Amino acid sequence: MNIKIRIEELRLSFGKAEILKGINIDVYKNKITGFMGPAGSGKSTLISLINRMIDFEENAEITGRVSIDGEDILGDKIDEVQLRRRVGTVFAVPIPLPRSIYDNIAYGPRLKNRNERKELWPLVVESLKKAFLWDEVKDRLDSSALKLSGGQQQRLCLARTLALEPEIILLDEPCSGLDPISTAKIEEALNELKKDYTIILVSNNTKQIARITDYAAFFYMGTLIEYGPTEKLFTNPSERKTEDYIQGKFG
Amino acid sequence: MRINPRFVDKLVKIGLNSQAFFTVGILVTIVAIIFFKGSPYLNMEFIFSSPEDMGRHGGIFSTIIGTVFLVLLSIFVATPLGVGTAIFLTEYTKESWFTKTIRFGVESLAGIPSILYGLFGFIFFVIKLGMGWSLMAGVLTITIMILPTIIRTSEEAIKAVPRNLRIVSYSLSATKWETVTKVVLPSAGPGILTGIMLSVGRAVGETAAVIFTMGSSLRLPTSLMDSGRTMAVHFYILAREGISMEKAYATALVLVLSILSINIIAYYIMNRVTSKYS
Amino acid sequence: MIKKTFSKEHFVKLVLISFALSSLLFLFLIFIFILAEGLPLFHKIGLKNIIFGFKWAPTKGSFGIFPMIVSSFLVTFGALIIGAPLGLSCAIYLSEYSGKRLKLFLKPALELLAGIPSVVYGFLGVIYIVPLVRNYFGGAGFSLLATSVILGVMILPTVISISFDALMSVPKTYREGSFAMGATKWQTIYKVIIPSAKSGILASFILGMGRAIGETMAVIMVAGNALKIPTSMLDPLRTLTSNIALELAYASGDHRLGLFSTGVVLLVIIMTLNYIANFAIKRRVLK
Repeated sequence: MNIKIRIEELRLSFGKAEILKGINIDVYKNKITGFMGPAGSGKSTLISLINRMIDFEENAEITGRVSIDGEDILGDKIDEVQLRRRVGTVFAVPIPLPRSIYDNIAYGPRLKNRNERKELWPLVVESLKKAFLWDEVKDRLDSSALKLSGGQQQRLCLARTLALEPEIILLDEPCSGLDPISTAKIEEALNELKKDYTIILVSNNTKQIARITDYAAFFYMGTLIEYGPTEKLFTNPSERKTEDYIQGKFG
Repeated sequence: MRINPRFVDKLVKIGLNSQAFFTVGILVTIVAIIFFKGSPYLNMEFIFSSPEDMGRHGGIFSTIIGTVFLVLLSIFVATPLGVGTAIFLTEYTKESWFTKTIRFGVESLAGIPSILYGLFGFIFFVIKLGMGWSLMAGVLTITIMILPTIIRTSEEAIKAVPRNLRIVSYSLSATKWETVTKVVLPSAGPGILTGIMLSVGRAVGETAAVIFTMGSSLRLPTSLMDSGRTMAVHFYILAREGISMEKAYATALVLVLSILSINIIAYYIMNRVTSKYS
Repeated sequence: MIKKTFSKEHFVKLVLISFALSSLLFLFLIFIFILAEGLPLFHKIGLKNIIFGFKWAPTKGSFGIFPMIVSSFLVTFGALIIGAPLGLSCAIYLSEYSGKRLKLFLKPALELLAGIPSVVYGFLGVIYIVPLVRNYFGGAGFSLLATSVILGVMILPTVISISFDALMSVPKTYREGSFAMGATKWQTIYKVIIPSAKSGILASFILGMGRAIGETMAVIMVAGNALKIPTSMLDPLRTLTSNIALELAYASGDHRLGLFSTGVVLLVIIMTLNYIANFAIKRRVLK
């Protein structure tokens, strides 16, 4: 198994508040890895380091190393723009851009100067298919993305990310607030996608983690409590806290 | 004797009501007077022929051209400067002594009355820089005058764009400038345009700053160094020298109609585009 | 994935910084040049002789602008007396007594009123207000009274829109609490809402003052042109702004410098007013 992302001794604080207290974890290529834990455990902050969206927060003090394919991605010398082409993100709340469905998907590729219709079109179609949204929108690609339902918008966000042809996809509580059918569609899509992408799924929904992830990491208050194959974590967890969390004793 | 507060309440309501209607009445009266006194003299000939005999005869064509040139060129220069400043203040820095100083500069510029702009434009552009009374001097002066308005309204419009649209753009690998041009500015567009239209309206009606920089030549300006006359300046001269009441009213009508249509266009843009993709 | 040291983004930021600095540059230039032309005469003739001098005869060496300073303040107060109560009443009516539709209609109407050029106000003032004053009150018609009326109308949009904003930003809960205690609408307004909005309202008055004292074209047309301090509402007068505008075109040498000195005085007064107004607004925001 290849290590796609390696995180070493990662600490992050905002002033006196320590959010991440020394995280060490290896994320494997072409697997779905789940980051689970109650609110405030630092899981969303952790992935904001992988896509360097943490840059938009002021006053963050970071030590440690985050590397993708062996290359450290923290630090001023790294080009975040190139990084974000390799690491795509889907946020908790779907945020379509105020333009057509087609233009939403094409936004990323156009930034890479893929402007020709004959290049863009297959890319858009492919991305929508991979996100399991194609059938529902194929007749109305020019209509406003704002008219889609919540579940459709979220799949749009996924397709938008796929259009950039990333290597890694980060999803931060993507199904919170979505109905079960939309959730199922997204999970189905992720299952297919892991063949070609490395996926990290942040979720507070333990059942979802159990359903679709290959590896699971349990975070609590900024510390990684336990990490391993999902099946093991859920059937025979080594840590007491993990067991309590999975059983819903807190969270 | 204690007056019933309910009664006072009713009195007050009537009092305020009538004052509000009185104020609206003033506006209506002003527009009506201009309209009724001016429209008899407003015709195609008036618009398309230039003033003759100091304005006693002929129309206002050269002044319309003068106005259009002055305003368009000023907007052309002031818009990038103003929107750029607004972008800088909102997207490229966080609040600091530097931004506070710049804002102070902008607010101060906004407070300067037009006669002082005229005075400055006169000594700096006309005299010291040797431009003489010219379109160029007028444009530069008016540009500075309308800059604060454009900066203020642009900043408001840009700030109103939701933060998460920017986040999405960045996460899709856009640079800051790409995010500004592809996401922020299109969303803020209507607000910015409204600010520009308001500035246009102000520049069209401006007299004190224009007469001492662009001058009041009746010739049609054909180059930047030519002097010229705007409608507002022409109107002022007509009125003050008592040259022609009818022409004055007609000019006033054209002025007010222009400003009215500019305001209407501004509101139309504001309302139409916001409903399209909101 | 290494960054380039100097990229398009750096270039853009540099360009935008220079755009932002341009505002400071312009302000600087305006101050420098007006002061450069205006201060020498203070030096040569003496600050007291100019500011407190009573005689303005620049071609003969007299640069006293005291009557004009007084006149500027008189028309400003006159404008306030007419425009402030009326404007505040309209603002109150708009915020407390009118529904959404009316509010939506009135905002553009206000902007239209504000958009009418000052020369048009001046013109209508000469045609209608000046004769009115002459016939009903006496005097030449070109007077402090006529000027105050015109300026009062001209500052209405400023007073109304800023007071309106101040009144609207009073929290709904204040009103509800007052009504719950049995107060009538008017009692609520003058006991609760106005005190709450008072710094914004005050700011609107001060900004209105700033507008009035800087107004030129309308004043030239209706104020007459007398170089003496007006002793009654019906006397004509000349303000600082008219002084500059009436003589700049043909002034030269010391005469022109005198006009710039007038400009310096005007600049100082206006900057002070603006500063006070901004202070008042900031206090409201801090509350």
